[in-house]
Amino acid sequence: MTNLAIAANGLRKSFPGKDGDKVVLDGVDLAVPEATIFSLLGPNGAGKTTTVQILSTLLRADAGEVRVAGFDLARQADDVRGAIGVTGQYSAVDKLLTGEENLLLMADLRHLSRRDGRRRAAEMLERFDLVDAARKPAGTYSGGMRRRLDLAMTLVGDPRLIFLDEPTTGLDPRSRRTMWGIVRELVAGGVTVFLTTQYLDEADRLADHIALLDHGRLIAEGTADELKRLIPGGHVSLRFTDDDALKDALDALGRGFVDPSDDDRLTLQVPSDGGVASLRELLARLDAAGVEPSDLSVHTPDLDDVFLTLTGRDPGQNTDQKAEVSR
Amino acid sequence: MSALGLAARDSSTMVRRQLKRLIRYPSMTVQLVITPVILLLLFVYVFGGTLGAGIGGGRDTYVDYVVPGILLMAATMAATGTAVMVATDMTEGIIARFRTMRISRASVLTGHVVASVIQQLVGMAVVIGVALAVGFRPNATVLEWLAAAGLLTLFVVAITWLSVALGLKSPTPEAASNAPMPLVFLPFLGSGFVPTDSMPTVLRWFAEYQPFTPIMQTVRGLLLGSPIGNNAVIAIAWCAGIGVVSYLWAKHTYNKA
Repeated sequence: MTNLAIAANGLRKSFPGKDGDKVVLDGVDLAVPEATIFSLLGPNGAGKTTTVQILSTLLRADAGEVRVAGFDLARQADDVRGAIGVTGQYSAVDKLLTGEENLLLMADLRHLSRRDGRRRAAEMLERFDLVDAARKPAGTYSGGMRRRLDLAMTLVGDPRLIFLDEPTTGLDPRSRRTMWGIVRELVAGGVTVFLTTQYLDEADRLADHIALLDHGRLIAEGTADELKRLIPGGHVSLRFTDDDALKDALDALGRGFVDPSDDDRLTLQVPSDGGVASLRELLARLDAAGVEPSDLSVHTPDLDDVFLTLTGRDPGQNTDQKAEVSR
Repeated sequence: MSALGLAARDSSTMVRRQLKRLIRYPSMTVQLVITPVILLLLFVYVFGGTLGAGIGGGRDTYVDYVVPGILLMAATMAATGTAVMVATDMTEGIIARFRTMRISRASVLTGHVVASVIQQLVGMAVVIGVALAVGFRPNATVLEWLAAAGLLTLFVVAITWLSVALGLKSPTPEAASNAPMPLVFLPFLGSGFVPTDSMPTVLRWFAEYQPFTPIMQTVRGLLLGSPIGNNAVIAIAWCAGIGVVSYLWAKHTYNKA
């Protein structure tokens, strides 16, 4: 059996709220083998960040047995801290210090000798393409640079397990690709990466293992291929000329959601295996309701469809949009 | 390395971090030095003649009288700055990073306190320098100077821990700038600017028993030779009490968050 970098059983957490306790994690089990990328995937508010905060000792769980990097989370928090690195959603750099000073600060806090610290900082500046900006305050960095510095700071101490909480949220496509390359390199070097993301393609491209988190529960788990096999097929994209037609179609079909990537919000995505029979049935229903799409296309399954089928909504959508559609 | 050694090492790292931040962001420090200097000049040249006559002398007598009050006021203003710095720092992601690292927990706070104390002692030295230039004439021996510096340092350490606790308790940096406000008025409601026996009864009672008065009286006694009595003991007790309680409060608040 391979060693587990993270082993969690029955992880629970709720926060006190105005109308009673709000349950954020409702019995989550995790098993992350060493030197793999594990992706926790879910929409905003699913409990991803809370999970990372608990596993990285920032928050205490209400219940659950958790071992991180071989240490008991509740009793050996300091040993856990010595083995992990965390790069959160909000940049954890000191904006008043320069990039180099930030790295040297981490080296000092990791108790490296002065010489090792300088060497390590120089290596990181080189590796993360920050040499030119080394002596500028981190507050002047672009979003992508700041995220790279953030990750570089995490890596100064050579952690065996790294938590990346939505590492590419808000980054431009090029910076996102750079980040993906870095993550792959890390795992090749034997590091375990626990990645949260709301981007399905990110999980699809990077992760060895994906878990879908929704409303504080894991609703599916497996490799990207295994997850795709969970559902019969992809979806059919239907474009309409006006809002009323789209609403009528939604009523007639009883399923589907508005494609958020269409700025006019006139495209409906309907789960479907893409076969001739199901297409014929779909069109027959639309016909019966007297609506005709102006455009139709068939999509083979991807993780988006897995998410759509399992949760009944698109991961990029927030709850308001969902309410609007189901009206 | 022992746990204590590691704690000391982490704390000194955090002090260096904080000093670098203070140097990189000097407007706060400049403001904390300039404001007391302006108040000193205001009290000496605008009010000094009249207030000096009130204590049986002139402007020269008043310069000597007012300097300890201005020094304590400078410390309370710096306390506001420290509270804001701490509250701002807590909103930054880097604090979450520190919490996930195997470092001494209190070192972040110690860094703030030591750096602020250094900042304030430099500020006080500037105020004393300006005071000497406008006629402050202490008659203290080297030993008395050292004793005064020691008491002022103790006071600054205590008030800084208090401001760190207030900064941690504040939900926003804006709230943190208001929390230590009452402290700024304590030198006025004590023997800082006029002798307490000139005040109405209730106010006089408050002025004589609040912590700033014995501290100012002791500094005054050490530098200018006025009688100290049991003020020194009371002053040290107040500083130690405020310091220890604030330290525990700050540490508890930080660990709980």
